[in-house]
Amino acid sequence: MLLVPCPNCGPRNSSDLHYVGEAQARPNPSEATPTEWREYLYMEDNPAGWLRENWYCRSGCRQFFTLERHTGSNEFRNPPMPGNKVGGKA
Amino acid sequence: MSASELGRLAAQSGEVIDRTSPIRFNWNGNSLTGFKGDTIASALMANGERIVSRSMKYHRPRGYMTADFWDPNGFVQVGDDPNVRSGHRLIEDGMTIEPQNVWPSLDRDIKAANGLVGRFLSAGFYYKTFIKPQKLWPAYERVLSTFAPGGKVDLDTPHRYHDKRYTHPDVVVAGGGPAGMAAAAAAAEVGANVLLVEHEHQLGGHLLWGSDADRAVAAELANRVSAAGVEVLTNTTLTGRYEDNWVGIVQRSHPLAVERLIKARAKILVVAPGLIERPYVFAGNDKPGVMLSGAVRRLVNMYGVKPGARAVVFTANAEGDAAAADLDRVGIDVARVVDARNGENVVSASGSSKSVKSVKLGDGSEVEADLLVTATGWTAPTSLLNMAGDRPVYDEGSARFYPSVTVDNVLSTGGISGDGSVDELVAHGEATGQLAAGRASVVKHRVQALTARSVPVAGPEPEWTADFRPELGRDDHPELFRSTTHGIVDFSEDVGSKDLVAAAKEGYDSVELLKRYTTATMGPAQGKLETVNTVAVLAEARGETIEQVGTTVWRPPYVPITLGGLAGRNFEPVRVSSIQPWHEANGVTPIIAGAWIRPEHYGNPADEVNNTRTNVGITDVTPLGKLDLQGPDVPKLLSQLYTNKWMKLPIGSVRYGLMCAEDGVVLDDGVTGRLGEEHYLMTTTSSGAASIWEWAENWLQTEHPEWQVHVTPVTTGYTSINVAGPKSRELVGRLVDDVDLSAEAFDYMRVRTGTVAGVENCIMWRIGFTGELSFELHVPSGYGLHVWETLMAEGADLGVKPFGLEAQRIMRLEKGHFIVGQDTDGLTQAPAVGMNALIKLDKEDFAGKAELAWAMESDQVPHVVAIQTVDPTIVPGEACQILKGTTNEIVGRITSSRMSPTLNRSVCLGQVDTAHAEAGTELTVLLRNGQRIKANVMSHHAHFDPEGERLRG
Repeated sequence: MLLVPCPNCGPRNSSDLHYVGEAQARPNPSEATPTEWREYLYMEDNPAGWLRENWYCRSGCRQFFTLERHTGSNEFRNPPMPGNKVGGKA
Repeated sequence: MSASELGRLAAQSGEVIDRTSPIRFNWNGNSLTGFKGDTIASALMANGERIVSRSMKYHRPRGYMTADFWDPNGFVQVGDDPNVRSGHRLIEDGMTIEPQNVWPSLDRDIKAANGLVGRFLSAGFYYKTFIKPQKLWPAYERVLSTFAPGGKVDLDTPHRYHDKRYTHPDVVVAGGGPAGMAAAAAAAEVGANVLLVEHEHQLGGHLLWGSDADRAVAAELANRVSAAGVEVLTNTTLTGRYEDNWVGIVQRSHPLAVERLIKARAKILVVAPGLIERPYVFAGNDKPGVMLSGAVRRLVNMYGVKPGARAVVFTANAEGDAAAADLDRVGIDVARVVDARNGENVVSASGSSKSVKSVKLGDGSEVEADLLVTATGWTAPTSLLNMAGDRPVYDEGSARFYPSVTVDNVLSTGGISGDGSVDELVAHGEATGQLAAGRASVVKHRVQALTARSVPVAGPEPEWTADFRPELGRDDHPELFRSTTHGIVDFSEDVGSKDLVAAAKEGYDSVELLKRYTTATMGPAQGKLETVNTVAVLAEARGETIEQVGTTVWRPPYVPITLGGLAGRNFEPVRVSSIQPWHEANGVTPIIAGAWIRPEHYGNPADEVNNTRTNVGITDVTPLGKLDLQGPDVPKLLSQLYTNKWMKLPIGSVRYGLMCAEDGVVLDDGVTGRLGEEHYLMTTTSSGAASIWEWAENWLQTEHPEWQVHVTPVTTGYTSINVAGPKSRELVGRLVDDVDLSAEAFDYMRVRTGTVAGVENCIMWRIGFTGELSFELHVPSGYGLHVWETLMAEGADLGVKPFGLEAQRIMRLEKGHFIVGQDTDGLTQAPAVGMNALIKLDKEDFAGKAELAWAMESDQVPHVVAIQTVDPTIVPGEACQILKGTTNEIVGRITSSRMSPTLNRSVCLGQVDTAHAEAGTELTVLLRNGQRIKANVMSHHAHFDPEGERLRG
């Protein structure tokens, strides 16, 4: 089971967290076209490489944060401080 | 030669049995005696039993071949426990052991006739023969299933205790042979916290069946392990290595639990499983009496068992030579030593169905023998390394696979890494243990440094140690896989080398395809014995080298795990309200709802409905999700979460709201009340309590960190009681002095805080899920039972009675209130539920706004409507389809249905398409019995009191 470096709680089992999804900026809902909005809702880049993604420390500090993970090696880099602004997709 | 050629030898210096402790057990209906420390296998052979099972496909008689955990021929039924590995399980007093797969009996097996037609039972036989005609398959299956191997499962077996444990050692060592013990001791001696896991019953590995000097080294290492404070688990197997060294361990030696699943997060994993001896492929290689050299050495030296009377030993290495020496020492006639290193070979074994009688050699000679020992090399069980990403590479010179990729936090030592004397293996293990301990201290430092809330980590990060270990050598070994004849390759699946060659000719010539097509390596032995031979036979068939063919990937688990072991102890918490003791004392029928146990009814839900509608009822709604919201920006949060408007909710008021996800699908609903200037209480559905909290936090932390709102979950902090019915005001009035409950002062959709039955700081609001005049009381949980009991006592003369979830569901259906997740599904967008007035697109932003704007213009959305059947006595089942006229076109479905005690007729909610949503539309409902009935779409969701006069009273 993957260890996820929560900025507050330290490395925790991924089952302690909720994987929110790829970090993407939320379009303005009053201005977005259906294509733009659905791109945001359903399309993921899913790269083989470094990926910015959002996690929620559900069983620990209950903070949302963005991490960079390599999808090939599951290595994390640049663990950020909590409170960084990330996308809000559930 | 008769079975009596087997038996017990005189005492051996290395034996692990205690001859002063006899144990009686039952085998196949006969009472036998063994000694404490005997495995089932050693005890049976000591009693002269040579045949223990029949093979899976051809039902050929089989005897022990490896006489250890991996033996493919030794699966037995022990009591109600099927598929027990008799080469490993120790005998116990009174144990009842039965052979498996031997219908009608071990000696006379009519399915052995399969052997006569064996050439028809080639790879893919079942697929090819029984695939057509497809409709006959069920008939074939019934017949074939009586041939299927495996023991009997007794459904009445009492549940046994299984357990789980979580641990975080610095170093986990898998394998307690010389290298593994040395690694564990060395790591612990420099301060690492070490867990040593040994598959067998004793530490020592191959030293246990070696010389007295070998055993002295093993004993010395075991003492060192113990003195260093290593935690040792024997009869325990490390079953899998997962991401970041999360390892699964099955402990079979726990004093209380049948099995204990240990989940360990190892900072460094040391893999030291040793080597597994490989069988040789030749005609007759599965006859009882053909054994591997390790089996013979274990039986003779550890269990004092005589494995035969006259032996031929086929040897390609020192182990084989030692086996011949062992046999000679204990007085067994070694008729011939056939040395593969001199080009000698074994061609076939023949004899009766019960035993080998003669062995044909490469030089054409035949030797009479009842025991044929083979020592043709080893398989490195690289499974755990495979799971860490390693792909083993074949080495021709030593005729086995070696690890190739080094992962930083997984180290290997011992036979899997190379060959050496006992001293060399110990030295390599020690170096590995020191390396592991050093690296573990770095990992430990990093974990602590990454944890903001921990004690600041002392000092700089220790240096990551490069691998300084001298490499173990690789002894030359002849490549010996198959003789000049064909034989069995996979003993547990009964797959022969001929089958593999045929499959390769049919085109299944990639090793992964061949494996799946023939099932070679897919049986209980899981490739430990047969993978390399399978690859070798395929390489021969393809005219290529083993290196070119490659090997299959070994995946978890290393050994099979029982379902009981995986399930372990149940850790799931159960939630109950503070009123639960009263419910239990008053005849409740409980219902499990998520993590909650709550009252479904107290005998008769219809009576509960009638009493609530006539007098007054009280119900425990504690699981209702409750979030305490405080701060100046709460209205902004509410506006963001709900589809309707919240900026001007007056203090003392309650409002209903609908929540949607960003795709416009209904996520949750509930009421939120404003208790003070900056203080609100939000309720969510019971099932949404946790997810809506996360949803609110998501908006606050990510999109709007500038909003000042603090969210506190108070679901269990309050016990929630709904008091409903025409007499509810009178009842609540008897308990409340400091709040004016009159209709004028406290009208519908208002909230008040006050004292209930002497309990201060209670929240009460007037809402009406049941459709009756009702007061919902949120009482600090410590006083929940007190308030409930006071309501029951004070309301006795008013006819107060409790009602459960079922009555509540009937009443809400009578009122046409939908339930999120019951009447809506994962695709139901907000316009479907008939509350378009609550969707305020003129708000700047709210969750789901974009999709809802488009959905409201669409005529493709389904509609939730109230439905009544023409025949009032028929209650269509939930999920019954709604069809278009007399066709089979599905236009909707029933989502909720009940017999209404109030209206004395059936009432439903359902989803229909736009064309069928108009009031008065006649619908066709398909009942579960196939009958089609008529029903009508109603003009209002509420079947009862559509104007809401009762609840506003």
